[in-house]
Amino acid sequence: MISADTAVDLSRVQHTAADVRFMQGMIGHHAQALEMTALVPTRNKREDMRMLALRIELSQQDEIKMMERWLEVRGEEVPNVQHHHEPGATLMPGMLTAEEMSRLRDATRTTFDRLFLEFMVQHHEGALIMVDELLSTAGAGQESNISAFAADVVADQRAEMDRMGAMLNAMLEEQQR
Amino acid sequence: MKIIPTTVLCLSVAMPLLGAPSFQQRPVAAVQADPRVGLAPGFRDAGVAARNMELVINLPKPEGFYDPEAPAGRPRPPRDSPATPAAEPGEQAQAAAAPGEPAAAASPRPGSGLSFTNSDLAFSGEHLFMGNYHGFNIYSIEDAGRAELLASVVCPGGQGDLSVHGNLLFMSVQDTRARLDCGTQGVEEPVSAERFRGVRIFDISDLRNPLQVAAVQTCRGSHTHTLVVDPDDNDNVYVYGSGTGAIRSGDELAGCSGGDSEDDPDSDSEDDPEGAPDPDTALFSIDVIQVPLDAPEEARIVNRPRIFADPETGAISGLWQGGDHGRGTQSSRETRQCHDITAYPELGLAAGACSGNGILLDISDPVEPVRLDYVVDESFAFWHSATFSNDGTKIIFTDEWGGGSRPRCRATDPPTWGANAIFDIVGGKMRFRGYYKLPAPQTEQENCVAHNGSLIPVPGRDIMVQGWYQGGISVFDFTDSANPVEIAFFDRGPVDAADLISGGYWSAYWYNGYIYGAEIARGLDVFRLTPSEHLSQNEIDAASLALAEETNVQHQQRIIWPPSSVLARAYLDQLNRSNGIEAQRVGAVNEALGRADQLRSAAGDDAAVVAELEALAVELEGDAEEAIYHDVRHLQSLADTLRGIATMLR
Repeated sequence: MISADTAVDLSRVQHTAADVRFMQGMIGHHAQALEMTALVPTRNKREDMRMLALRIELSQQDEIKMMERWLEVRGEEVPNVQHHHEPGATLMPGMLTAEEMSRLRDATRTTFDRLFLEFMVQHHEGALIMVDELLSTAGAGQESNISAFAADVVADQRAEMDRMGAMLNAMLEEQQR
Repeated sequence: MKIIPTTVLCLSVAMPLLGAPSFQQRPVAAVQADPRVGLAPGFRDAGVAARNMELVINLPKPEGFYDPEAPAGRPRPPRDSPATPAAEPGEQAQAAAAPGEPAAAASPRPGSGLSFTNSDLAFSGEHLFMGNYHGFNIYSIEDAGRAELLASVVCPGGQGDLSVHGNLLFMSVQDTRARLDCGTQGVEEPVSAERFRGVRIFDISDLRNPLQVAAVQTCRGSHTHTLVVDPDDNDNVYVYGSGTGAIRSGDELAGCSGGDSEDDPDSDSEDDPEGAPDPDTALFSIDVIQVPLDAPEEARIVNRPRIFADPETGAISGLWQGGDHGRGTQSSRETRQCHDITAYPELGLAAGACSGNGILLDISDPVEPVRLDYVVDESFAFWHSATFSNDGTKIIFTDEWGGGSRPRCRATDPPTWGANAIFDIVGGKMRFRGYYKLPAPQTEQENCVAHNGSLIPVPGRDIMVQGWYQGGISVFDFTDSANPVEIAFFDRGPVDAADLISGGYWSAYWYNGYIYGAEIARGLDVFRLTPSEHLSQNEIDAASLALAEETNVQHQQRIIWPPSSVLARAYLDQLNRSNGIEAQRVGAVNEALGRADQLRSAAGDDAAVVAELEALAVELEGDAEEAIYHDVRHLQSLADTLRGIATMLR
C-alpha cells in the first residue's frame, strides 16, 4: 500500500534540463523550416512543391505552438523564433548555415527545387539526430508528453523525408531524359 | 491518444490556398438548434446537454490519480494572468508577493499533462476496470447506480489499455518512464533493466490486491493491445500488442532494431531510393503474445508477423507510404504499425486500424494472421480503431485526426475528417459506404475527434455508442451503413474557458444495460438510455437482456438474445416504426405474448398458446416474403422469437 501523496509524486519524472534544451532547440529548428517553405510560392509554380511546402508549414507551425506552450507552462524560457539568426547562436543538427540559406534564396526554378528538397531532407535528418540525443541522455524523455512528442517527430519527419526522397529521384530522372 | 497533431492539414488555412473542393457545411439552423452548442465551461460545473440518455452517477477520479493542487490538470499559474481569481489562496499570495514580476518567476507548476489521464475500460462480471496513464482502478458495478471504487493500483507507464480474461488482467505500457516494479520514480538511464515497455499481466483473483505475474517486454512498448481467445485452443489466450513509440535499443532488449536513430543518416539516396527498412526492424509488425492459462508467467512473444507485406515483392512496407491522395485530400500516416486491432475470433477475423490503412485479417490461426484485404481513405489522417457489426457484415473504422489532443470538431472542420468511415464486407472485401461524425460543432477549447466506442446490443439493428473526447458521447444507428443517424447524446462544456485542457471521453462502452464513460479528467460516468422515437423501451430492455460475462470491446463476441416476449415486442416496435406490419397482426402477436407471459406466472392451457405462437410464426414468415428492406429480417426474427417462446412453454 502506498499513500495518495506518494502516488501523485511526479517529482522524479518531471522534465529535465535536457528536455528543455530539446524543446528550445527544436523551436529554432522548426522556425528555419518555415523560412525555407516561405520561399516556395515566389520561386515555384509546381503544384506538388507548393503542397509539400504547405504541409511542412502547417505541421511545423502546429508543433512550434505546442512546444512554446510546453515551455511556457513549465516557466522555462521560450526562445524567439528568430534566435538562431543572432551572432554566435548554435545551429541545431541539420540546420542550414547562413551561406546555405542564401544559396537557396538565390536559386530559381529546377535548381531551387533540387536544393530545397536536399536541404529539407538534411534539415529533417537533424531532427531525428536531436531525438536520438535526447533519448540517450540520462533522465530525459521521462514525461509522458515529451516521450510521445519525440516518437511523433520521428514518425512524421521520417515520412516526409521518404516523400521528398522520392520527389528528388523523380526530378533527377526527369532532368536526365 | 497521441500528443501532437503533425502532418495534417488545417482545413481553414488549406482550402483557400489550394482552391480545393469546398466541403459541405452544416446548415446554420441545425447548428443553432443543437443544445450542445454554447455549453458553459467548467471542470466540475460545466453546462450539460443530453438527449435520449441520462447520467446516473459520476465518480470523480480517486486520490492518487490527480494532482491535488490542479485536479483538472490545468497548468498554474497561467503565465499571462498571475493573479487569476481561480488560483488557490497560496498561489495568490505568491503572486501578490512579487508584483510586476512575470508569472514565470512564481515557479509555476507544469500541470499534470497526460500523467493522470483516464483511458480504456474492460468489464468482467460485476466489475469494471478503468485504465489510466498512472495505473488502473477497479470498481464494483453490481448496482450500476451505486458504482463504487474497490481498489486503485498505481503503476505508471501510459496508456494503460486494459483487457480482462478470467483471473488475468492485461495492461499496455509504452512510456520510457515505466518501471518493471511499477515505481513512480521513472528510469534514469537510457538503457536499463528496470525499464518496462510492453504488456503487463496481473492476477486479479483477489480484486483488492492484484499481483503482477508477468511482464512481456516489447521493442516499441504497447500503445494498445487486443485479447484474442482462440475457440480451438483451451490452453492459451493470445494478445496482439500494437506499439507506436520509439524503438528501444537492442542493448536494453535483445532483438530490437530498426529504430530510425540507427539508420545511417549519410546513406546515399541513390543506393537506397525507397529507404528500404532493416529486415529485422520492429516496425511493420505487431507482437503476438501467447499466454499459457495455467502458467501466465511464461507468457512470451511467439510471432511478429509482417502483416503489411507486399505479397508480390515481399517488401515488408507494402501498404500506404504516407502522404495525401490528391488535391484537397487528407494526408494519411505511413503504415508502419497498427494503432489498434479488433478481433472477432468466432468469425476468424480481425480488423486492424493501422495508421495509413484499414486492414482485414484472417486470424483462424491466431499466431499467424493473414491479411485478406486493405483499404485507404482520402479523408483519414490516422486509422485508429475498428468495430464489427454483430453479424460481421460491416466494419466501422475511426480516424483520430489531430491525435486526440486537438480540437477537430469545430464548425470549420470538414464533417468527413476525424470521423468514422463505415464499410460493408462483401465477399471478404471491404466496400466504403459512408461517414459519421459528431453532428454538433465544438469549441477551440475542446479536444475532439472520433474515439472509442462499442455496439449497443439492440436486436435487429446496428447501433453504436462512442466517445468523442470533449465532444461528449454520441449514439448512432448504422443499420443502413450509407446513412448513419444519431439517436442519443451527452455533452459537457469545455473543461476550461480559455485553454484547451485535455478531457472528455476516451471510451464510451455498453455493458449489461448501462453505458460507461471513461472521462479523462472528470472520472467515471454511468448512463442509461431513455426511450424516444428512435429507440423504444422494449428495444432498450431487449438490449439489456443480452448479458455478457466479460466485455473487452476490441475482442468481439457474438451477441445472442434469448427468446422472450420483450425481444418479440422490440421487433414489433421496429416493424411498427417502419410501417412494416399490419395493425391486425400486431394485435394478434401482442395478445399471444400476453397469454404466454401469464402462463409463466399461473397455470393455463399451454398447448393452446404454443399452437397460437407457432401459427403466428408461420403467418409472419409469409409476411416476410412480401416485405422489403429491413422488414424482411425483422419479420423473420419475430417469427423465430415466437417459436423460441413456444419451445420454452412446451
